[in-house]
Amino acid sequence: MLILKRAEIPYSEVTPKDVYLNRRKFLAAAPAAFLAARELLSPRRALAGARLNVALKSPFSTTEPVTSPDIVTHYNNFYEFGTSKDEPARYAKNFRTSPWTVSVEGDCAKPRKFSMDDILKLAPLEERIYRHRCVEAWSIVVPWIGYSLSVLLNLVQPTPKAKYVAFQSYWDLGQMPMARPQMAGIDFPYVEGLRLDEAMHPLALLCVGMYGEALPPQDGAPVRLVVPWKYGFKSIKSIVKIKLVGGQPPTTWNMANAHEYGFYSNVNPEVDHPRWSQAREQRLPSLFKNHPTQMFNGYASQVAGLYAGMDLRKNY
Amino acid sequence: MLKSRWTKIVVFLLCLVPFSRLVAVALAYVLQPDLSGGLWHFWVPSLPPNPLDFFTHLTGDWTIRLIVATLAITPLRQLLAAPDLIRFRRMIGLFAFFYGSLHFLTYLWFDKLFDFHEIWKDVGKRPFITAGFTAFVLMVPLALTSTKGWIRRLGGKRWQRLHRLIYVTAVAAVVHYYWLVKSDVRLPLLYGALVAVLLLYRVVSSFRKRIRQRDAVAPPAPVRV
Repeated sequence: MLILKRAEIPYSEVTPKDVYLNRRKFLAAAPAAFLAARELLSPRRALAGARLNVALKSPFSTTEPVTSPDIVTHYNNFYEFGTSKDEPARYAKNFRTSPWTVSVEGDCAKPRKFSMDDILKLAPLEERIYRHRCVEAWSIVVPWIGYSLSVLLNLVQPTPKAKYVAFQSYWDLGQMPMARPQMAGIDFPYVEGLRLDEAMHPLALLCVGMYGEALPPQDGAPVRLVVPWKYGFKSIKSIVKIKLVGGQPPTTWNMANAHEYGFYSNVNPEVDHPRWSQAREQRLPSLFKNHPTQMFNGYASQVAGLYAGMDLRKNY
Repeated sequence: MLKSRWTKIVVFLLCLVPFSRLVAVALAYVLQPDLSGGLWHFWVPSLPPNPLDFFTHLTGDWTIRLIVATLAITPLRQLLAAPDLIRFRRMIGLFAFFYGSLHFLTYLWFDKLFDFHEIWKDVGKRPFITAGFTAFVLMVPLALTSTKGWIRRLGGKRWQRLHRLIYVTAVAAVVHYYWLVKSDVRLPLLYGALVAVLLLYRVVSSFRKRIRQRDAVAPPAPVRV
């Protein structure tokens, strides 16, 4: 007798490909109530994994194929949770991101502490599909969720003294036992910085989610920066402090090795890293480093003006 | 036990385990099987997100581990009074060369797409590549002359002198590793320490041997009456 075993998931239940690919439409329709329900169910990790209500799709999005979320959540540089790429996914699992406050201070008329609730409500959330190019010469394409950083900065009203923006990541040895200079080889807390005009550029994204959901811990929950025309390390994760300042602020990788990592760190195929060429990149999960790297990571038409007249070889 | 033919086969198979993982991952990329259960899951728990990284690290890690292992054979033979360990030295050395070749091939093929102009520029311009290239190139004559025939042709003394090149390879491999990591130097330092201890052992033991020889040859000091 022939006994047919039923497949665990009948094909009728598999998401049709066009629905899956039209994630953006689906997200626009997803009820906001879902988010609230998730928060009630797991107060400790209120945000990670929660669906976000994305209202807009962005004209800044690329049409290149999006990288599988499996890769984006299991191949991370987040030294607070270990220096191997696979460690953040394992060791950031229980990272507490609620309650969370981001203090915006310094040379501004209205310094303010924002809760995550505030941040989620400052502007309608947009999905922006950006290329993300690591200084190590691999790249991914990620559907980030957030809004322009300028929204937040305009709210606190930078004074004329403010010329730069300094960012600082969360740092807590209790939750991040590996975040020590003698283990990771870099100083903590992680700090980054942008010129004010770079930070005000509409492409600079204050990011709270990806793939339709709140950011997972290993990707910088609950709120991070995404600066798509710069190498990945400029896009600081798990931000707790944003400070408007008059002078160029110190940045972590530049302090660790100024010769290799400059303040600007704009993606530039013509300026090599001292230890490897930046002309080509590996578009994950490709085995080959055969994808040509574009000037400013393909965002030259929008951002090249910020650097008019600058020697990009000197200001790497 | 060290004398048994089976031990040698076991060591051979153990040295192939990392290679089998490499092959399994390569096959998994091609065949895209369900990795959630069975033998697949045991060998390839999940597809590595960056296959180039995975191949590079796996082959590099095993090259330096096996180089350290061959260097450890002589001291272990003496310290453990286990001269039969010598039976494994050539095999381990050849496996170090095997993984080193795969490591080099990964770089040539997947990273540089066999662009030899680029590669040559890299070797000259980037110190960590220069060091890695040196470590690999110096292993080639050792692998070629690893046979009994070559030992006979060169004569034991000369053969041994040639094969001391492995000391240079070991140091160059550690330097390569140290120079390539971004900031976390703990593992390169560990390998550096192991190689340093193993080389220092040789310095000390040859120094002691020389003293013993000198004492044996020197005439007894004249006794003044």
